[in-house]
Amino acid sequence: MIAGGAEAIIELREGKIIKKRVQKRYRLAEIDERLRAERTRAEARLTSEARRLGVPTPIIYDVGEHEIIMQHIEGLQLKNVLTPALSERAGELVGRLHSGGMVHGDLTTSNFILSGDKLYMIDFGLAYFDSSVEAQGVDVHVLFQTYESTHEGFEELIRRFSAGYRRRFKNAGAVLQRVKEIEARGRYA
Amino acid sequence: MYFTSRDVDSRVTSVLGIEGTAWNLSAAIVDENDVLAEATATYMPASGGIHPREAAQHHANHITGVIKKVLSRGIGIDAVAFSRGPGLGPCLRTVATAARAISLSSGVPLIGVNHCIAHIEVGRWKTQAVDPVTLYVSGANSQVLAFRAGRYRVFGETLDIGIGNALDKFARSVHLPHPGGPGIEELALKASRYIPLPYVVKGMDFSFSGLTTAAESSLCKASLEDVCFSLQETAFAMLVEVTERAVAHTGKGEVLLAGGVGANMRLREMLSIMCEDRGVRFYVPEKKFMGDNGAMIAHLGLLMLERGNTIAVEDSAVLPDFRPDDAEVTWR
Ligand SMILES: Nc1ncnc2c1ncn2[C@@H]1O[C@H](COP(=O)(O)OP(=O)(O)O)[C@@H](O)[C@H]1O
Ligand SMILES: [Mg+2]
Repeated sequence: MIAGGAEAIIELREGKIIKKRVQKRYRLAEIDERLRAERTRAEARLTSEARRLGVPTPIIYDVGEHEIIMQHIEGLQLKNVLTPALSERAGELVGRLHSGGMVHGDLTTSNFILSGDKLYMIDFGLAYFDSSVEAQGVDVHVLFQTYESTHEGFEELIRRFSAGYRRRFKNAGAVLQRVKEIEARGRYA
Repeated sequence: MYFTSRDVDSRVTSVLGIEGTAWNLSAAIVDENDVLAEATATYMPASGGIHPREAAQHHANHITGVIKKVLSRGIGIDAVAFSRGPGLGPCLRTVATAARAISLSSGVPLIGVNHCIAHIEVGRWKTQAVDPVTLYVSGANSQVLAFRAGRYRVFGETLDIGIGNALDKFARSVHLPHPGGPGIEELALKASRYIPLPYVVKGMDFSFSGLTTAAESSLCKASLEDVCFSLQETAFAMLVEVTERAVAHTGKGEVLLAGGVGANMRLREMLSIMCEDRGVRFYVPEKKFMGDNGAMIAHLGLLMLERGNTIAVEDSAVLPDFRPDDAEVTWR
């Protein structure tokens, strides 16, 4: 096992990554079964779709009911190497994704891998197609929240992300405006 | 109203805390060890949800009585702390005005407390939790918080309404009494099946507004008991999932439950199973410290007083949008 995230066990076997969504005893079996199956299916499909939109992602080799076998991306989680320059590159990838009408659904710095000088995006279990400003705004808001909670100098990181995002996505201005509104909404109504 | 200001040389420090961000008005005096006195007056909306102005009127009508009651035992106070936000503006202002008056008339310092952080700190005080991921679930607030780099950071939160308001909204639509949580919890125990409802988690954020609407419309094909059960199972699974994500993300070894909705036994059960399976410790304070209470404000006030974290009356404007990560944490 190379990593145990919140919902999956990640194993490296014969050079390939096996991601298994494990059962959660705390939730009702019907909910658990539905989420694990839906997210596994979504992840397999959308990981490949994202690559077609120009976002580097691991190649999917095989899919089971709760399990995906995929390419091993050797590298480091963005969480551990984040710089303003890399934040800008992340912004470009998210811009490409959003231009293609896809939202990731779980943008955190754990879900980017820097391999050599290539930046990959992973973990598409919560991704879906939606090109509304609201869906894209929430997507970016979730990443900015990780910046604020986990990384130093988040203002600069956000500025550089936005620069990269604008470069690859023509509706970026409207989405970044919406991100500000979403932030205000989370406050006391 | 009368006060006993403490003699300068006395040994134990005690603080009066006043809470009134929403429907519960509560005052308490605490020292390092215990709650010495407390009194509460609860606003019950005649119909619908909380009306901010009505709630503020309620607080204005009762605040003198509540404060008189805790002070009547003659316990001296070294400071007065009040809930500065987040909360409903009119309610916050009523409470702040009373706190300022006490500070001026009795010559004790004034302390402006962040309400969310007070929930966390009272939990750390009253349980063994040291450095937990906190799931804070109340009417208006639903957040996952943890301490990092000198502040309480928000790792995840609701994108629309708090879990308590979501439950109340559904309860109102089926004419259950306010607050709706206890009624829903009781009916859920008599359910026989689960009705699929929308499950919305985005990263560590979540949304409840679509869920309550969907629950209301499922009533045409399912019993009220089944819908209450399904609503709880879905909403709580979302909350526990994001808490688990925050635990995985931060690597912390403890989870603390805070806020009024924390009284729900099913939510506690789900959190405790998750913690057991992850090998982290789970803490739940006594019920009286979970909902909004004056003791938590007084306790955090005491921690802040010890660090000299007081404010001048002229700088004590209320902060209806006071974010936990806007507050500097001087006491840890
Ligand atoms: N294809 C991959 N190549 C290399 N490392 C991976 C790969 N997939 C996942 N990982 C590692 O495992 C971690 C968790 O995987 P992820 O798919 O994000 O699951 P989770 O949903 O639990 O977050 C990632 O942050 C990354 O470090
Ligand atoms: Mg991940």
